[in-house]
Amino acid sequence: MIDCLYFAWVRERIGVPRERVETSAATVAELVEELRAREPRYAAAFEDLSALRVAIDQELADFAAPLEGAREVAFFPPMTGG
Amino acid sequence: MSVRVQTGCFDAGAELNAFSEGLANAGAVVSFTGVVRDRDAGGMVAMEIEHYPGMTERAIAAIAEEARRRWDLADALVIHRHGRLEIGAPIMMVATASRHRAAAFEAAEFLMDYLKSRAPFWKKEIGPEDAAWVEAKDEDEAALGRWSSGAE
Repeated sequence: MIDCLYFAWVRERIGVPRERVETSAATVAELVEELRAREPRYAAAFEDLSALRVAIDQELADFAAPLEGAREVAFFPPMTGG
Repeated sequence: MSVRVQTGCFDAGAELNAFSEGLANAGAVVSFTGVVRDRDAGGMVAMEIEHYPGMTERAIAAIAEEARRRWDLADALVIHRHGRLEIGAPIMMVATASRHRAAAFEAAEFLMDYLKSRAPFWKKEIGPEDAAWVEAKDEDEAALGRWSSGAE
C-alpha cells in the first residue's frame, strides 16, 4: 500500500487530495500506468507527464524512480512558490 | 536560521528589525518581500496558495542549508504564507545577513530562485467568476542554472 497525494490541478482532476493505493508497481511510471487504467479522471490528470513532477517520501524524484520502501508518492504540477 | 510556513500575515518591517538585532558580526543585511499582485488581465479577487505540508518545511530547510554551505552567512530567514491572500498582502520574505553585501545579496537571490521552483507551493489566481493556476515559467527554471554546481 502506498499513500498517493495530489496537489493543485492534479488534485482537482482526480477529485481527492490523497488516497491509499494497493499496488505492486516497481516504479513511479508503473504506478502511473495503473492509475491511468482505473478511470478517465486519472487518465486526464496523467495525460502529459512532462507537465507533472513527482516526490517520493517528500523528496523530488523522477518517473523512473523505484517505489521499493516508499510510503508516500505525491504528484503535482511544477511549483510556483516565491 | 529560521524557516516559517504560515497562513497568517506578517509585518515585513518588524521581521526585518527583529532579524537585524544582535548581528554583531554582520555588515550587510539584505531582504526581499514578495507581494500579491493583480493578474495581468486585472480583476483578481484573491490569490490562493496550496502547499505540501511536511515537504514544504523540509524543502525550504534544505535550500536554506545549501545557502549556508555556499556563503558565509551570519543568519538567514525565510517566511512563506499559504492559504487565501488579498492583493497587496505579503506572500513571503527572505532575509540574509553576512559580513559583506555580495554574499548577502547572492544568498538572498539563491533562496528566491530555489523557493520559486523547488519549494512545493502552487499559486491560484481567483477572479470574480473564474480561477486559474499560475503556470511555472521557463525562465524560473532557467534561473537555477546560474547556481549550477548542483543544489538539488
